Amino acid sequence: MNYETVIGLEVHVQLKTETKIFCSCPAGSGGEPNTRVCPVCLGLPGTLPVLNRRAVELALRAGAALNCGLSGFSKFDRKNYFYPDLPKAYQISQYHRPLNGAGWLEIPTAAGKKRIGVTRAHLEEDAGKLVHFEDGWSGVDYNRTGVPLLEIVSDPDLRRPREAYEYLKELRSVMRYIEVSDCDMEKGSFRCDANISLRPAGSRELGVKVEIKNLNSFKAVERALEYEEIRQRGLLERREPVFQETRLFNADLQQTISMRSKEEAHDYRYFPDPDLVPVVFPPERTGEIRGQLPELPLARLTRFREEYGLPDYDAGVLTAERSLADYYEEAAVAGAGYKSLSNWVMGELLGKLNEAGLTIEESPIPAGRLAGLLKLIEEGTISGKIAKRVFAEMFESGEEPARIVERRGLLQISDRGELEGIVETVITGHPGPAADFRGGKEAAIGFLVGQVMKATKGQANPKLVNQLLRARLS
Amino acid sequence: MTKKKIGPSDIEAVARLARLGLSAEEKEKFGRQLNDVLLYMEKLDGLPLEGVEPLSHVLPLQNVMRDDTPRPGLEQKQALANAPEKRDGFFKVPPVIE
Ligand SMILES: [Zn+2]
Repeated sequence: MNYETVIGLEVHVQLKTETKIFCSCPAGSGGEPNTRVCPVCLGLPGTLPVLNRRAVELALRAGAALNCGLSGFSKFDRKNYFYPDLPKAYQISQYHRPLNGAGWLEIPTAAGKKRIGVTRAHLEEDAGKLVHFEDGWSGVDYNRTGVPLLEIVSDPDLRRPREAYEYLKELRSVMRYIEVSDCDMEKGSFRCDANISLRPAGSRELGVKVEIKNLNSFKAVERALEYEEIRQRGLLERREPVFQETRLFNADLQQTISMRSKEEAHDYRYFPDPDLVPVVFPPERTGEIRGQLPELPLARLTRFREEYGLPDYDAGVLTAERSLADYYEEAAVAGAGYKSLSNWVMGELLGKLNEAGLTIEESPIPAGRLAGLLKLIEEGTISGKIAKRVFAEMFESGEEPARIVERRGLLQISDRGELEGIVETVITGHPGPAADFRGGKEAAIGFLVGQVMKATKGQANPKLVNQLLRARLS
Repeated sequence: MTKKKIGPSDIEAVARLARLGLSAEEKEKFGRQLNDVLLYMEKLDGLPLEGVEPLSHVLPLQNVMRDDTPRPGLEQKQALANAPEKRDGFFKVPPVIE
């Protein structure tokens, strides 16, 4: 029998605020345990939470970018469960009236754009962090407790593990474009849980779903879903039951493993938090927030393809990060050829930045200067080969390309007379290849061009060298 | 009033979740009290509530928010002052299975 895979994702995005969601403790990460805490986030008696305005603004912006319907009325609920990382024994979340209702995110897939439904995107507070001591006891650090999170729940619209990967990539890109979150999985500011079930192809009913946790990278999400897809298909084909359970992904084994939970209570007993009052805003706010959004990654990708004539791959790489796309456009406006600029940015520039551990914002070569370098190539002032040397030097010193070329005497040799002499010497010095070419072996010309380039330290105009060699050997 | 809303197994489940050790007498006593509370709340079912919006808050307030400005909280020593057990700046708790 053919089965259809149904996947839904729950993503927690840490909002980029200075302070926690319900108290004024700093929201940063790292540092000594229990040094960014106060009576509110420690859940001490007699304290009251007060909502962070910035967290609401960021959450609304995220909702707008995800095309979510905003009800204009939102409130907070308590999600009750007992765990040491939760000092109040409840988490303040939004159950009945989330800030952002149903929306969608468009993702690029192999088969074109696909719209993935977003069920909701609501605010909640993060829990603390547990460490495990060698003697079996645990330690709790409440620094992270109360850090604002936006939980983005997708509809079960994803059909392949690869689509889940694409969705996460796009979601992360969007959240970074709108500067709502750093989305750094390693730092925990972007976390994902996945739900997956299988059903007979064509069936409308959903199968029994399994939740997968402990997914530390997009690749891990894809791998875990692939594994789970195969496991569940095996069970169904053998007519064995799939249990509704939570499984953990083990990256070493590349498997999902059943998590035997002792807690029977899956009822979180949600109820309205009486300590917090509703958030209400007029419907006009929606339009206002939408109007302030920047061009989002997929729209920008499409425009890069059309406006600059770039292949899909280039447009995708260049628009994945807003700062990189901005860099590209700045250099393009400054007059660099679109495709060669794309090659230089994706190749030399990203390679060097990566090597040096720098971000595009920290690039020692500003966009305008890279454009200047590319113009020198296009005008024939320097060869492509020399340009790489100039680039390396620009990266070190930050100097203007034209000045480096001048100081180092790297101008391309396009002087016929000068090159003819060198061509002559090379032909005399390599009678074998010269004879081969004369005898019809076309490839031999490459060797001879290489020799001329070598003799001129790469400064000869290769087109002209080729021309001169052919003229001389015909 | 002999209607049973809640049975001994419910009391045991709730006690276990709240990490409370209850004696047989306590289970009986709390069971009876909780039953009475639930039966009392059932009176609400008799009210004509058609078209009444659920109340989200008893106070006529909305949009109470603060600016995103950090303020120092407690020092680690103060934060841990009431902890029954601590270690290396952490609250020390019994082993948790993950
Ligand atoms: Zn605090």
